[in-house]
Amino acid sequence: MKNNLLDLSNPEKFHENLDIKGIDKNTLINMLKSMILIRKTEQQLASSRKEGLIGGPVHLGAGQEAIAVGISELLQSSDRVFGAHRSHSHLLALNPDFYKLFAEVLGKETGFSKGMGGSMHLFDQESGFYGSVPIVSGTVPLAVGAAMAARMQETNDIGVAYIGDGAVEEGVVHESFNLSKVHNAPVLFVIENNLFASHMHISLRQPSDMISRFATANNIPYKLLDGNDVCAIYNAAKEQITEMRNGAGPRLIELVTYRHYGHVDWRDDVDVGVARSLDDIENWKARDPISRLSKSMIINEIWTIDEEEIYTKELDALIAESWNKAMSDKYPNMNSTLEYVYAKSNNKTK
Amino acid sequence: MMKKYNYGTAILSGFEYLLEEYPEVFVIGQGLWSPWYVGNSMTDLDKKFGVERIIDTPVSESACTGAAVGASLAGMKPIVVHPRMDFMIYAMDAVVNQAAKWSHMLGGQAHPGLTIRSIINRGGEQGAQHSQALHAWFAHVPGLRVVMPTTVADARDLLIASVLSPDPVMFIDDRWLYDQEDELPAIEEISLIDQKPNISIEGDDITIVSCGHTSLLSRDAANMLESNNISAEVIDVRVLNPFFADDIVSSVRKTRNLLVVDCGTLTAGFSAEIIAKVVENVPNDCLANKPKRLALPDAPAPTSRVLEKDYYIQSEDIVVEVKRILNK
Ligand SMILES: Cc1ncc(C[n+]2csc(CCOP(=O)(O)OP(=O)(O)O)c2C)c(N)n1
Ligand SMILES: [Mg+2]
Repeated sequence: MKNNLLDLSNPEKFHENLDIKGIDKNTLINMLKSMILIRKTEQQLASSRKEGLIGGPVHLGAGQEAIAVGISELLQSSDRVFGAHRSHSHLLALNPDFYKLFAEVLGKETGFSKGMGGSMHLFDQESGFYGSVPIVSGTVPLAVGAAMAARMQETNDIGVAYIGDGAVEEGVVHESFNLSKVHNAPVLFVIENNLFASHMHISLRQPSDMISRFATANNIPYKLLDGNDVCAIYNAAKEQITEMRNGAGPRLIELVTYRHYGHVDWRDDVDVGVARSLDDIENWKARDPISRLSKSMIINEIWTIDEEEIYTKELDALIAESWNKAMSDKYPNMNSTLEYVYAKSNNKTK
Repeated sequence: MMKKYNYGTAILSGFEYLLEEYPEVFVIGQGLWSPWYVGNSMTDLDKKFGVERIIDTPVSESACTGAAVGASLAGMKPIVVHPRMDFMIYAMDAVVNQAAKWSHMLGGQAHPGLTIRSIINRGGEQGAQHSQALHAWFAHVPGLRVVMPTTVADARDLLIASVLSPDPVMFIDDRWLYDQEDELPAIEEISLIDQKPNISIEGDDITIVSCGHTSLLSRDAANMLESNNISAEVIDVRVLNPFFADDIVSSVRKTRNLLVVDCGTLTAGFSAEIIAKVVENVPNDCLANKPKRLALPDAPAPTSRVLEKDYYIQSEDIVVEVKRILNK
C-alpha cells in the first residue's frame, strides 16, 4: 500500500495544541462540551454493554468525536444527515439527548427510533438526522438523493454522508460520487478514515490509504486533514458548506482518525489477529481530540480546568440519571412489529 | 471410523477436504482471516492453505461475487463466503443475472460452477438488516441450485457436493444450527443432483416440512408431540431448487395432514411453494384438514428484546399449531 497520508496516519504526530484562532469562544465551548458529552455517553454504553445490560452490539466511536462535532456545528436542522453503524456521535452532535439514545439502545419505546432500531438504526429528523443503518454504504446514495431534493425544493440545505474508509470499497459509493457530481448535488461526503474496517487494516484492503483520491477521480473538490483537530475540521468544512449553500455541487472532506475501542463493543481488539497494538491505542489517545482542544482553550484563557470539572460532574450525574430512567422505561407494544411496516396514512392527494 | 463434529467443524472439514483434494478450489469473502465472522467453521484455513487460496477481501460483496463467477468460467472452483446474507444483497446481479443465467442463455456452453456460502445470522437484537433469511428469493431463480443443510452430516457433505457441482449453488447455513453435534463417517463424495428431501422422523398423523434451522425445531416439536400421542413425520427439504416434492407428497398421502414451517417471512415464502406442490399433487380427498404454514411475520426483524423473542418461531409454536390442525 502507498502511504499517501504520510504524517496524518502517524499516531505520534499531531499531539500539539490546536490553532483556535478565528473561531469564536462560544463555538469553541460548544464544540468542547459536545465532544465530552459524546465521549461520556459512549463510555456509559461501553460499560453497560460489558455488564450485559445492553443486548445488541454497540459500535463506539470514542476518539472520533471531532468529526461529527466540527461538521454539525455548521449544519442547520433542515439539512439531511445520514450515518452508518457507528453513528452515535453523528446524532448526538446534532441532538445531545443521550437519554433518548440510551432508551433506543435498550430497545425502549422512548428511544430515538421508538425502540425499533437499537444502536445501529437511529433517527431524529427534527435535528436533521435522517437516519443511520448498518449496511455498509447503504445510506450514501440516499444522502445524494436528499441533496438533489434540496436543490429541487429550492432550499440551501445540504446532504451529509458519513462514510468509513471501508465503506468506499462498496461500488455504490463510487456511483454516488459520480452521480452527485454530474447532477451538482450539494452533498458533503465526510470520510471518517480510521484506517480499519472491522478486523482489517487499510493496507490489506486498498492500494493507497488516502480516500480523497476518489474525489480527484470524480472532480469533486476535497480537503484532507487531521480528524482529531476539531478546529481545522470546523474551518475547512465551513468553507465547503458555505460554497455548497451558495450553489456549488458536492464536496468531500477526509478526516484521519482512530477509534479507541475495537470494532464493536467495549474491547480493545488487540489480541484477535488485528494489526492494532496497545501502543498504537495509547499514542492515538495522546492525539485525543478532546484533551487537545481543552488544553488549547485553557492556554488561551477561554476555558478553565474548574469549568471543565463542573461541566463533567454535572454531566456524569445527568448521564447516570438518564441511564436509570431509560432502564426503567417501557418496551414497545407487542404489536409494534407489525404496526410500523407500512405508513398508516392514506395516499397523498392533490 | 466415526469422528465427532459439530455443525461448524463439519463445514470446516468439508472446506479442508475440498482444498486438499481440488487445487482449483479457492475461498473468497469477508472475515476469512478473522475469528469473528464465521464461528468455528473456517478456523485457520488461511494458515493451512495460504492467503492466496483463502482470500479475505475489501468490503466489496458485489465485485467479489462477480469475480468468483468469472474465475469459475475460467476453470476454477470458487467458494464465496458472505458471513451474513443481508450483506450479499449488493451481489445480486452477479448471482441472479450472471451466475444463474449463463448456462442457459449461452446454449449450455458456459457453466459458472461457483458456490456461494451465505450465512443466515440473526438474533442478538441486531435487527432488520442483520437477520434476513432470503432463501425463497434464491429458490425463485432458475439456474441457481439452492441448498440448506440442517444436519451436521449435510453441513459437510452438501458443501462438498455443492462445490463439486458444475452449476452455481447457494449453500445457505444458519448460525443457530452450529451447536449440534454428531459423529460422521469418513467423507464420501455425493452428487448434488441426487439429493432429495430427507424424512428425519417417521410418523403417521401429520407431515411437518421445513428447511434449515426450522427443521431442527420441527424435530424437537415432533419429540414433544410424541408425549401427546401425536406421531409426526418430519421432512427436511435440504435442496430448495430444483425442488423435488415427490417424497413430501407421498408422506402427505399417508398422514393426510400438512404443516410447513419456514424461517423466512410468510408471504411469497418457500412455505407457499411446498404447500402448492403438495396440493397440486395429492388426490382430491386426501387432505383431512387444511394445510397450514408457520413462518415469520410479514415484518422486518425488530431489535427490541421483547419483540425479537416474539418474532422468531420456537418448537412450542409448532406443537401448538399441530394440535390446532389436528383438533387435539
Ligand atoms: C454490506 C455490508 N458488508 C459488510 C458488513 C460488515 N461490516 C460492518 S462494519 C464493517 C466495516 C466498515 O468499516 P468502515 O466503513 O471503515 O467503518 P468503521 O467501522 O471503521 O467505522 C463491515 C465490513 C456490513 N455491515 N454491511
Ligand atoms: Mg474504518
